[in-house]
Parts: sequence; C-alpha cells; structure tokens
Amino acid sequence: MLTCKDFLSELSDYLDDSVDSEIKAKLEEHIKACPNCWVVCDTTRKTIQVYKGQTECSIPLDIHARLMAAIEKKCAERGK
Amino acid sequence: MSAPGSEAIVSEESGDLALARTGDAQAFANLIQRYEGKIFRLAQHITQNREDAEDVLQETFLKAYTHLDQFQGNSKFYTWIVRIAVNQALMKLRKRKTDRTVSMDEGIDTGEDIVAREIATWDPSPEEQYGREELAEILDSAVQSLAPAYRTVFVLRDIEDLSTEETAAALDLSIPAVKSRLLRARLQLREKLTKFFKHKGDDAFAYM
Repeated sequence: MLTCKDFLSELSDYLDDSVDSEIKAKLEEHIKACPNCWVVCDTTRKTIQVYKGQTECSIPLDIHARLMAAIEKKCAERGK
Repeated sequence: MSAPGSEAIVSEESGDLALARTGDAQAFANLIQRYEGKIFRLAQHITQNREDAEDVLQETFLKAYTHLDQFQGNSKFYTWIVRIAVNQALMKLRKRKTDRTVSMDEGIDTGEDIVAREIATWDPSPEEQYGREELAEILDSAVQSLAPAYRTVFVLRDIEDLSTEETAAALDLSIPAVKSRLLRARLQLREKLTKFFKHKGDDAFAYM
C-alpha cells in the first residue's frame, strides 16, 4: 500500500497523466481509501485549472509601441 | 502545446523566421506580435515588476533580433525566446540588491516539504467567489510568494503551457529537477489558495 507521502510525491505526474498504468492504479486505490489525499488531489487539480483559466496575455499599447520603436531603432543602426 | 490549427501556425512561423533571417523587418514584427504578450506576462511573473518586465521584453526581442542567425531551428522559436527572456528576467532579479533569493538553486527546500497542511475542500467554483480583478490579485500574489526557483518552473509549465522537456531546456535543468520543483510549486500554491477558496462550511468546527 502507498503511504500519503508516496501519493504526494507522484501527485504532479498523476495530474499531468504521465504515470504508467500500474502506478496510476495504485494511486487511485489510495485516493479512494484516503479522504485527505482525495482533497489534496482535488484542490491541487483546481489550483492548476484556476491558473490555466487566466488566459489574459494582451500587452498594453504603450509598451507595444515602445518595443516596436526599440526594434526599429536597432534595424536602422544595422542598416547603416 | 498542440492546439487545433497549430500546424498552420508553425508553417506561418517558419516562413516569418526564414524572412526575418534575411533582414525582413515586417517578418520579425510578425514574430513579435505573436509572442510579445506571453513574454511580457512571463517577465512580469518572474520580475514581479512592470518596469522590469518591460525592460526584459525589449531586451529579449532585441537579443533575438541580433542573434537570429544563432537560432538553430532544432527547438521552437518560442522556446528559444523564452530562454532568453528567463535569463534576462533572472538577471534583473539578481541586480536588485534587496532580493537575496534569486538564484535558480537558492530557496530550494530539501525534500521534506512535500506536505499538505491545509486539508479543506474548495467551493465548487472559486472563480465566482471573487471579482475578476480580485481573483487575479490573489493568484498573482500567491505566485509571487514562491521562491524564484519554483516560481519560474510553475510559470513556464502551468501558465505558459510549456512541456516538461521545453521547460527543462529553457532553464537548463534536468527533467527530474523540473518535475520536483513543479510538484513543490503546485503544492505550495494549493496551500496558499486554500486559505481563500476553502468551502466555508469546513470552518464550522473551528468555533467549537
């Protein structure tokens, strides 16, 4: 039987679905019998999801403009 | 990292890359537009500072522009610029005299920190408990409280959606090191977020 510590050390790979089927079966067996690990697993999955849900990555217009100006300046220097 | 239509994006990107290598400014501008938002967000997460993030953004694309001939093409362009951006961002942190935990190896705990202290279920949808801005603030401050070594891995893997292999390449880390840091980062964030998102009913016995 896996201990809670064993379970935690595999949790990340389990959530990424990158454990082999034998370990996966053992982890799932543990989780069914251990309410604490079930909660930790569930809330860690939600932690990842809530960050993935934050997809906002637009760039402020002034920052974009200054970046393009810096690149244009570099282009001009190289063109000389 | 394979979204629908990603093949078309890749071929469009390789076209822009080929042209940019010949000095085509518009092609390079296309590459910038594709990635500037992600690079800026990444820089903000690592430096925790908008001004530094803007510097990192500019330095990243200027370096990419001047060293484009050194890009081998055996990794994705995005992974290559992420690597430049991470290095620039870490340099910014090192320059800040007040921040002592800036090395990719400092602030690493020794294996004994794989613990779960806060055991409480969350409300079904934490997103609805808080306003959009308030939620973003909670999430940002939780990430910022991580040691840079963990924060950087978490940002690349779970926010920027790089694979374990790409993250390892970008940070010059082994795959086991990436996995171990990601696990600790996720567990530490879970602890922090549980304080905000836990199901209120679970506190009932605390008052008895």
